[in-house]
Amino acid sequence: MIAVADWFRWLYDATGINLTYMYDSFDQARMLKGIWLTLELAVVTIVLSIAIGILGAWLQGSRFGLLRLAVNGFISLFRNTPPLVQIYFFYFGLGYLLPRTLDPTTGAMAPLLTNVQWAIISLSLFAGAFNIEIFRSGIEAVSRSTVEAAESLGFSRWQTYRDVVLPLALRTCLPSLSNNLVNLIKTTNLAYAIAVPEMMYSAKQIWADSTNVTEMMLTVLVFYVAIATLFAWAMTRLERAMRVPGFGQQEG
Amino acid sequence: MGTKHATFAVMPPRPQTAAGSAAGLAGWMVVPHTAPRLTIDLKLIGWVAALTLLATAATAATTPGAPRSAFEVIATWWPLLLKGFLYNLLISAAAMVIGTAVGVPLGILQTSKLVPARRLAWGVTQFFRNSPWLVLLFLCMFLLPFQIRIFGYVIPLPDYTKAILGFALPVMANVSEIVRGAIQSVPTSQWESAESLGFSRRQTLFEIILPQCVKRMLPPWMNLYSLITMSTVNASVVGVSEMITLTNDVLAAEGSRPALLAPLYGFALVCFFLYCYPIARWTQSLERRFIVKG
Repeated sequence: MIAVADWFRWLYDATGINLTYMYDSFDQARMLKGIWLTLELAVVTIVLSIAIGILGAWLQGSRFGLLRLAVNGFISLFRNTPPLVQIYFFYFGLGYLLPRTLDPTTGAMAPLLTNVQWAIISLSLFAGAFNIEIFRSGIEAVSRSTVEAAESLGFSRWQTYRDVVLPLALRTCLPSLSNNLVNLIKTTNLAYAIAVPEMMYSAKQIWADSTNVTEMMLTVLVFYVAIATLFAWAMTRLERAMRVPGFGQQEG
Repeated sequence: MGTKHATFAVMPPRPQTAAGSAAGLAGWMVVPHTAPRLTIDLKLIGWVAALTLLATAATAATTPGAPRSAFEVIATWWPLLLKGFLYNLLISAAAMVIGTAVGVPLGILQTSKLVPARRLAWGVTQFFRNSPWLVLLFLCMFLLPFQIRIFGYVIPLPDYTKAILGFALPVMANVSEIVRGAIQSVPTSQWESAESLGFSRRQTLFEIILPQCVKRMLPPWMNLYSLITMSTVNASVVGVSEMITLTNDVLAAEGSRPALLAPLYGFALVCFFLYCYPIARWTQSLERRFIVKG
């Protein structure tokens, strides 16, 4: 470890390329914290947005017109407004309207939800709106006769959805879903705008201290490209593993 | 990132893209939905506008002792805010033009027979497609100089030109994928029959393949346009003058009262919704039409 740190210190002396997080333990801790929070944001928002997608797509098939209208309105609103303004609206606007609670550790009044929680909520809703549409397209691709067969076997509406329609629909919409989720991973760094200490934020703190903007910027870029590529690759593997022969998108 | 990604090149695929892949199965479900939905959606726009007005009025009513209600604030500042929105539109249009101009050749290069050219174009496309838009914007804003010197001429680079470049990079990569997807979606038999008719590769591409691609590329391209328009607000993070930057200025001018936050950001949301929603509907209807013709 010390040899690595020494090498990066030498690199700075010799070339001027200053990767402080490789030899400075304080910067390293900040960077790792940022990376960890970015990954955490990505995982939590992915899980929540998929849940919203599944629930929303199920509600869209509801018999109540008002419920369908509400879901459609939600989708249209979240798809056609900028995610950054959504985050601002939630965090600054709604965050202000919510009641404040007493923080036992400091004794001061603290907001009900922290900026990290607001970021998770707004990003999940944003990606969830896209996921509902994606799942719906998958559900529409399940043939009517399959659903009728399930019904005639005595499956309830929820059972048909859970055991027959959803497993088939999921496979059809995996390519679009993976696209949207990669997009979500890239969008998590908008949380930077409300001072969520994710990777971009730590990078900015480091370059503010050490004026190594280029190095930090490229580090962030490479990191995001790496996790996005890795995730896309994993989703492609999943697609192949789950493919049902003769159903859905065929290999071209 | 196999070939399968090609047909889903645009980031958030519209529902019909995937439904279209199983068009035979889903076609019957798409059609009956069309007519009633459109009317509902027109109603929706009206409702959103009315609700915002109501909400702003309500917020105004519930803040006692405030110097000016949110409604009055918006009534005073809307010309400035809409001017900011116009900047957003200009930035997105410029980014779209530059991005498309570079992205189309890049996409064609991705289908080249020359292996190094194809690999390079693929690499550039994947890199910029997988990097977050905000990071690319930061990259352009902080790493480009404020002026460039060519042959003794000094060309200044004001911050909005750097922002345009920052948005043009992801546009380029996405257009490149759209073009590649469209070219590869044309059946190979067309290439073969053109070859047997004595067309050169270049003639086949420009006279037979690409004209057909325009129709296929239009919906995802419009989709991308809508996305980039919504992303231009990211420029406020780096201080470029646009709607959200101006909204923050207005907030400061009105004494930074927290009660104004929700109505003012809400106003920005409504502006973007009213602009992007019709585009989204139009894109969907185009998609539907093109899918039927196949």
